[in-house]
Amino acid sequence: MPLQVLLVEDSPGDLRLTREAFRDVNPFVHLDVAKDGVEAMAFLRRETGHVHAARPDLILLDLNLPRMDGRQVLALIKEDDNLKSIPTVILTSSELEADVMKSYSLQANCYLSKPMHFEAFHSLVKSINDFWLNSVKLPEHKGAGGGSA
Amino acid sequence: MALEVLLIEDSPGDVRLTQEAFRAANNGVHLHVVNDGVEAMAFLNREGGYAQAPRPDLTLLDLNMPRMDGRQVLALIKNDDGLKTIPTVILTTSTAEDDIVASYRLHANCYFSKPVQLEDFESLVKTINDFWLTTAKLPREEKPAGTTNGAGNNRAD
Repeated sequence: MPLQVLLVEDSPGDLRLTREAFRDVNPFVHLDVAKDGVEAMAFLRRETGHVHAARPDLILLDLNLPRMDGRQVLALIKEDDNLKSIPTVILTSSELEADVMKSYSLQANCYLSKPMHFEAFHSLVKSINDFWLNSVKLPEHKGAGGGSA
Repeated sequence: MALEVLLIEDSPGDVRLTQEAFRAANNGVHLHVVNDGVEAMAFLNREGGYAQAPRPDLTLLDLNMPRMDGRQVLALIKNDDGLKTIPTVILTTSTAEDDIVASYRLHANCYFSKPVQLEDFESLVKTINDFWLTTAKLPREEKPAGTTNGAGNNRAD
């Protein structure tokens, strides 16, 4: 069964690294991409252009994004009765303590900072896959539900 | 620097397994144990005999416990401005889909069902240690030595 991962990321380089790393570590991951917070929310709410969007099993969310930043996206997800159960992992270049604290207080499921080097990035994606997609129990989404019940 | 982990677990066997597995996985972990939800909240709020309790870097929470169960503890932690930032991992024998979804809705950071085999239990504790205590960035509370201002800890950030 494919695993749906939504990556919310504006950097083409990080996008490419994440895509390649998932391809290596788990061919069953289907990676959808949103390039800013507005697009991420349209995807999650299956609005225009995203009516057939899959409900993600896991969201990887950058903090600094154009139009609507990751903190706002996180707050919207975790206040939405329909979306709040989706594990949302912050994946950002920020190592600011204020960002870490703020993210956990907005109920991020966990916070990871992006490493600089390719090998370390690859190994972080492997950790995410091993932990979130192979070890923890994720909530199941039966049928096509998840958008509007 | 020691990592403070709070294990909230009523089964003596599982407490022992967890202690032994952490000892093997990471000797920098200081594991505190409480046996039910009431005691857990006293520890987290530094009440009664827990006035000197450290703030946990990570909490491992069983669901089915006497006096106050894990669902109630989770709701209290995740609705408390002072405590909600502590990553809280559900570690339970329950594999019921209702428990999984309800836990994520209450903002559990993640959910694990306890394996039956000893080796699998050890490997799960290692997985939790490797991800939460070495890979993830944990919130770091400023801890001025000796300040325990009890409950209602309103942090101005």
